[in-house]
Amino acid sequence: MKPETDIGTPDLDPRRYWPLLRYLDKAGAAIAPLPDGLDDRDILVSLYRAMVTTRTFDQKAVSLQRTGRLGTYASSLGQEAVSVGVGASMHKHDVLLPAFRDHGTMLWRGVTMTEILQYWSGDERGCDFAGPREDFPVAIPVASQATHAVGVAMAFQLRKEPRVAVCIVGDGATSKGDFYEAINACGVWKLPAVFVINNNQWAISEPTRMQTATPTLAQKAVAAGIAGSRVDGNDVVAVHDVVSRALDEARRGRPQLVEALTYRLGDHTTADDARRYRDDAEVSARWQEEPILRLRNYLVGRDWWGKADEEALIREVRAEVDRAAEAYLALPPQEPTAIFDYLHETLPPSLAGQRRMVEDGDG
Amino acid sequence: MAEITLVEAVAMAQVRAMQDDPTVLVLGEDVGRDGGVFRATDGLLERFGPERVIDTPLAEGLIAGMSVGLAAQGFRPVAEIQFMGFVYPAIDQIVNHASRLRNRTRGRLSCPMVLRMPMGTGIKAPEHHSESMEAMFAHVPGLRVVIPSSPMRAYGLLLAAIRDPDPVIFLEPTRIYRAVREEVEDHGEAAELDRCFVLREGGDITLVTWGAMTRETLAAADALAEEGIHAEVIDVATIKPLDEDTILQSVGKTGRCVIVHEAALTGGFGGEIAARLADRGLLSLTAPVRRVAGWDTVMPLPRMEDLYLPSVARILKAARETVSYQ
Ligand SMILES: Cc1ncc(C[n+]2csc(CCOP(=O)(O)OP(=O)(O)O)c2C)c(N)n1
Repeated sequence: MKPETDIGTPDLDPRRYWPLLRYLDKAGAAIAPLPDGLDDRDILVSLYRAMVTTRTFDQKAVSLQRTGRLGTYASSLGQEAVSVGVGASMHKHDVLLPAFRDHGTMLWRGVTMTEILQYWSGDERGCDFAGPREDFPVAIPVASQATHAVGVAMAFQLRKEPRVAVCIVGDGATSKGDFYEAINACGVWKLPAVFVINNNQWAISEPTRMQTATPTLAQKAVAAGIAGSRVDGNDVVAVHDVVSRALDEARRGRPQLVEALTYRLGDHTTADDARRYRDDAEVSARWQEEPILRLRNYLVGRDWWGKADEEALIREVRAEVDRAAEAYLALPPQEPTAIFDYLHETLPPSLAGQRRMVEDGDG
Repeated sequence: MAEITLVEAVAMAQVRAMQDDPTVLVLGEDVGRDGGVFRATDGLLERFGPERVIDTPLAEGLIAGMSVGLAAQGFRPVAEIQFMGFVYPAIDQIVNHASRLRNRTRGRLSCPMVLRMPMGTGIKAPEHHSESMEAMFAHVPGLRVVIPSSPMRAYGLLLAAIRDPDPVIFLEPTRIYRAVREEVEDHGEAAELDRCFVLREGGDITLVTWGAMTRETLAAADALAEEGIHAEVIDVATIKPLDEDTILQSVGKTGRCVIVHEAALTGGFGGEIAARLADRGLLSLTAPVRRVAGWDTVMPLPRMEDLYLPSVARILKAARETVSYQ
């Protein structure tokens, strides 16, 4: 028999192998019956409310930064459906391992706005979440939280707890070894973990095509031997549906990778100017498919939402955000010695002298 | 009581820790069926099963990172990195996460993990298998860096490291893994961390060292004794946080100090000890502090590694010069 000489080009047509799940089209019209349980006014309004809250919070954080009252901040403008959809899919006792742009997920999990502001103002106390005590703080080194999720998921598996470690990474993060090491290990051990790729098309100035030659990021699951899927990340119904199912699967020992396609409408952070690398035309086109308007159109179309509802919601959310900002601005500073006090469980004697110098104001 | 090697003591401490505490897990490459390439985890899999003795994929970043996740969830992972030269992919996790999880969450999450790895020359291993990079870890706030120098101390210090509520880098000098046997009682008692051990008392000069270099240093002290020079030998054991009081006390008595380490001279931890002596012990010094260290070269391949390693002769020369300094 002749050896195959033509190794050919693999058929990587994403439409064939990695369909993009979507329920609401860009204008907010249902293109398929909504999944069981989600065809419900209260649930959809709670998702809508959480997205509006996230966006309002983001705007506040950016304006606090612009007026010198907050440090560098990474906004999630345009990505609210991924963030909220993931949070809403999780059970309370699951553990979140977020990237730095997942405010909507963290807020849904019970991290307070004040805590998030505190963190981005440079105060470690913001990571001492009063709510989800086991959730991880945001990971700044990109993709580094992915391997933590492996350990967390292994802890659940060892204790036979029906819990899932949920890790969110950006599209840029999938280029890092940590990401592959983590999904690979989850495949090997069949761990209860879900990895969500928040594919917002850009890693600072680098578009996704500079991170990978693969037509989808979901297909990276293949090499890890785990399940992968793709979802329209601007359709919160679809995100909720896909991620909920992924969590169910993971709870049964089938780790999952979900690629959610969305778009970063804002700058990378408040320290970035996206106009240096991105066309205005591209951005304004993307405003046509953003997630909040999409769901509002759907709700209005069902007669589940009206002008009065919208006005009341905006009022409430603004008041909530303003209260959180005021609480944040009124926080007393940390004690200077706090920089020593959480380094080890007990301070080694060799550090006591340095601590005393700070206490005495010799710092 | 059986006489055992350092690597057997490491295995014994892990057995003891796993017996005492069901949250202790051992993980790493080849730690299970194979019992570790140096046999430091020998017998653990048979005893504790695959849920507690976990062979990992070949990925050091994963090993360190998943240990952070396990530790945050209340387990006590004891992870093995096969050789120190392969720890670099894990540095991100150690420096950016393990060492600071407690601090950045104001104590909400902690990271009681141990990262064990063989270090140093002397077994004629291939490239990248023989480095001593302890100073790199010692520079990281929030880490403990522990280096045993005998089977007994390996047993006690490893137990202490596993029971410690914070991350510990536990460096095992391969050169003395099997070079000495010592009676080690499996009493389950931890040795004290953050403390130097005085291995030998003497009033003429203080020799400060750690890990495998304790052997050459003790040999040098023997030779000096024959010349009528009585050296005090200190095994630092936990290089970070450093027990500088024990070193200062000794130098207060002898007035003279030579620091011996295998790692390269520049930026080596000996420089830190010398600086502490300059800071707090200058007036008791009657001679400049000398360092005998590895050269500032790439760790040579095995044919030349003996040339790299500080020899007894080099230690002796430095000690004699220090003692006779006027
Ligand atoms: C390991 C690492 N390298 C570089 C950076 C600097 N950096 C911060 S965010 C970012 C881009 C991340 O892109 P992506 O993962 O797609 O997430 P996104 O910012 O788009 O949400 C870079 C390069 C970092 N935080 N970590």
